[in-house]
Amino acid sequence: MPTTTIADRVVETDAEGFLADPADWDHALGEEIARANGLPELTERHWQVIEFLRYRYLTTGTAPSIRSLGKESGVSVKELYQLFPRGPAKLAAKIAGIPKPHGCI
Amino acid sequence: MSLLPDTAAPARAEPATIEKVSIVISKGSLEGVYPGLIMANGARMEGIDANVFFTFFGLDAIRPDRQSRIRVATVGNPGLHLPTLLGALPGFSSLATRMMQRRMEKLDIPPVAEFVELIADSGAGLYACKATVDMFGLEQEDFVPQVSGIITVGDFYGLAAGGEIIFT
Repeated sequence: MPTTTIADRVVETDAEGFLADPADWDHALGEEIARANGLPELTERHWQVIEFLRYRYLTTGTAPSIRSLGKESGVSVKELYQLFPRGPAKLAAKIAGIPKPHGCI
Repeated sequence: MSLLPDTAAPARAEPATIEKVSIVISKGSLEGVYPGLIMANGARMEGIDANVFFTFFGLDAIRPDRQSRIRVATVGNPGLHLPTLLGALPGFSSLATRMMQRRMEKLDIPPVAEFVELIADSGAGLYACKATVDMFGLEQEDFVPQVSGIITVGDFYGLAAGGEIIFT
């Protein structure tokens, strides 16, 4: 596994920069990943999505689909695409420090 | 001098990425409608711009009175590996459709109406084909509100310019 230095810490990531271990994550790391992926500032709405993704991943072992993200995170699909313009599910998962989602939906 | 073409690989820059797809959905069966919807949604999830052009019986996917009645074709569908006569029995298509829908729900694939809404909310453009709309005697009011317009083939090519076109 390659390692990357994010927010002055050395962490293991996959080839695309998704954290290998969600336990390595903290808010500062999330902010740094967001900045590196074109999101200079995370709002309260971004955090709501990020926290929901982490909660779902850590409790169920899989990242939610865009459908359940829109239904259950409290942020609508329209807003998800505004918050994370280049693909909400994957970019948000990367910022949230969980593995890349593998579903097609 | 060799007559064979030069086989040395040309120097390549970064692999190109797809920036835009325009998907045509032309069939009205369940297996005719879903692949295009899944590809459109998948494109948006990757940050790729997407347009969906519904034509011929594919229009059923954006007609509120028909969205929930889209079924698996059980006759003339060798992929099902069933005798055609069995597939023609009354109720068989509904049964096969219900089975397929249950499996899709497990995979979090939404029913057609919800899927069309999801794709529109993701910022994709949804369009109805003018030739078919005229042929079927339909109007804008016959479609779900997410449909941005009834457009000609020429308009479609205009929208698709610079991207990939996928026909399903």
